[in-house]
Amino acid sequence: MSETTQDRAPISVFLVDDHALFRAGVRTELESITDEVRVVGEAGSVAEAVTGIARTKPQVVLLDVHMPDGGGAEVLRRARTELPDVVFLALSVSDAAEDVIAVIRAGARGYVTKTISSKELVRAIARVADGDAVFSPRLAGFVLDAFADRPGSAPISDPELDLLTPRERDVLRLLALGYAYKEIASELFISVKTVETHVSSVLRKTQLSNRYELSRWASDRRLV
Amino acid sequence: MDHVQDMPRTDTAMPMPRAAGEGAVVPAASSAVAEADERPKMYRRRSSRVVAGVASGLADHLGVQLLWVRATFAVLTAFGGAGVVAYGLLWVFVPQRRRDDAEAPTTPKEKQQAIGLLILGVGLLVSAGAITGAINGWVAVPLALALIGAAVVWREADESQRRRWRDGARSGVAGVVLGGGGWSAAVRILAGVALVITGIGVVVLRSGSLDQVQFALLAVLATLVGVAVLTVPFWLRMVRDLGEERRARIRTEERAEIAAHLHDSVLQTLALIQKQAEAPKEVARLARSQERELRGWLYGPSGYGAPTKGTSAGRLAEAIAGACGEVEDTFAISVSQVVVGDVELDDRLTALVLAAREAVVNAAKHAEVDEVSVYAEVEPTGVTVFVRDRGKGFDPDTVSADRHGLADSIRGRMERNGGKVRLRTAPGEGTEVQLEMPVKAEQGGTR
Repeated sequence: MSETTQDRAPISVFLVDDHALFRAGVRTELESITDEVRVVGEAGSVAEAVTGIARTKPQVVLLDVHMPDGGGAEVLRRARTELPDVVFLALSVSDAAEDVIAVIRAGARGYVTKTISSKELVRAIARVADGDAVFSPRLAGFVLDAFADRPGSAPISDPELDLLTPRERDVLRLLALGYAYKEIASELFISVKTVETHVSSVLRKTQLSNRYELSRWASDRRLV
Repeated sequence: MDHVQDMPRTDTAMPMPRAAGEGAVVPAASSAVAEADERPKMYRRRSSRVVAGVASGLADHLGVQLLWVRATFAVLTAFGGAGVVAYGLLWVFVPQRRRDDAEAPTTPKEKQQAIGLLILGVGLLVSAGAITGAINGWVAVPLALALIGAAVVWREADESQRRRWRDGARSGVAGVVLGGGGWSAAVRILAGVALVITGIGVVVLRSGSLDQVQFALLAVLATLVGVAVLTVPFWLRMVRDLGEERRARIRTEERAEIAAHLHDSVLQTLALIQKQAEAPKEVARLARSQERELRGWLYGPSGYGAPTKGTSAGRLAEAIAGACGEVEDTFAISVSQVVVGDVELDDRLTALVLAAREAVVNAAKHAEVDEVSVYAEVEPTGVTVFVRDRGKGFDPDTVSADRHGLADSIRGRMERNGGKVRLRTAPGEGTEVQLEMPVKAEQGGTR
């Protein structure tokens, strides 16, 4: 996008969470601190979410990972085929690798924990709306772990997808340490744009690689 | 508690792990509940049955046509009554299905076929016995009487079990035997008993050439056999009920354990939080420490959801999480930690964890921030820990000599154990402490 953040229209956001209290909290917080984001709808169940997203066609869906009837991954599966332009940002209290990796592999563009501050949440929403990826430190750690080269890990079938470049590793390490993109850029002497490219590439590998750890984490949630 | 054994199972036959001769195909659902005995098993049909639902249950289980199963039983009967014995054994050992809804109804044609095959089987048995001479005429009649009697009683047992399921559990001997069936059930059972006794009695009386002692012994034996045969279903039911009760009790205990834990931890903390509502910092501290504790209990390596396997002295990830948690509690800040990989702790890694803890404490004390990040990575050659804050930073050259923290607790400790420390900081720039500890060659990092 060429416009600056001030000028552009607010990002339309759809909230999916089975706790009404949490939805209300996020809605109030988002609307009170910024004009950049507008909540266009919310849903408390998988079915409601699928119909609601199809009706309101938001830019970004904030998706809870744990819900009855299949959770966030099920919403992703059912909504993404029809609306490939909607991006999903997973939001969860869970820090379990299988949950995080499962939603990422189902197609979410990012993952943040519910303890994130509202300001950072807005930043994350803007980032995924622009087509970039958002990695929480925990997710960065899981991905590094999954791609780690250890004695006894499965052989590499597709180096293009199954290995991280040293640069991507550096970026992930700094993400895991809680560095912001700008800090990573200055730390590694690259531009923020390049950082974004690296992160997007890592996201793609995380979604598409057949590395054993990734598929195991995903299949633990019955998601292949 | 009545539904412990209920399995969501479709009526169409699916390949069973135990299906004869086939490779074991474990249904995917079994991975969810790792209990071997909760796998779909064979059940006797309840509603659409002719004698006891054994043939139809077997047909469901094996995925073959019902007619073929029944025909096989009939043909097997010709071989010394093998079909009857097999049927009887399956009747005794295969439980009834509990739900009616999943069963296909019997068509009248199927019922006719079944009765035809039943008569055919009995005819085959009799004629085969007559040809080979294995069964004399005088044995055949009482044997048949005893069989029919046993069948009547066993069937009644099935009925009473169903009534029990329908009406809820009933205790006492009368409840077990009659199962709320009233007089008709009693009459049926008595008739069955009479048939069995008559059959056995005839056999005993016909062997009249024996002298008195042998006769008495034989009579006692025959009575015992009769009682054993008649009470088989009730013994079996008792064993099964006991098993179910045991499972229900385990569940109750589990629930009690969870409730007790939540009460001691979460509810107490919530009460404390309500009392402290005026002090946001204290509330945050309570909430964080409770969250950590609950997470550890639910997902942690020694927690509730973890597989019970013996863990040794400790693992790096656990130790780092513990150290960060302590600092969080002491200084009311939040410490976010990410650990990639894991290894067993040894002396040097313990020193590394202590040094990292000291670095976090330093950040909490001096950096004036709410959050400190810890990142640890286990590599085949060594373990690296980063401790970072975005606080006010300092000039390393101006740190007064009396501040031991960095010099002794971190640098000294690391260097004594063969590790390295790197420090990056400047006023206003935050602080990053990088701790590196080589690991011995045989310790590969695995998770």
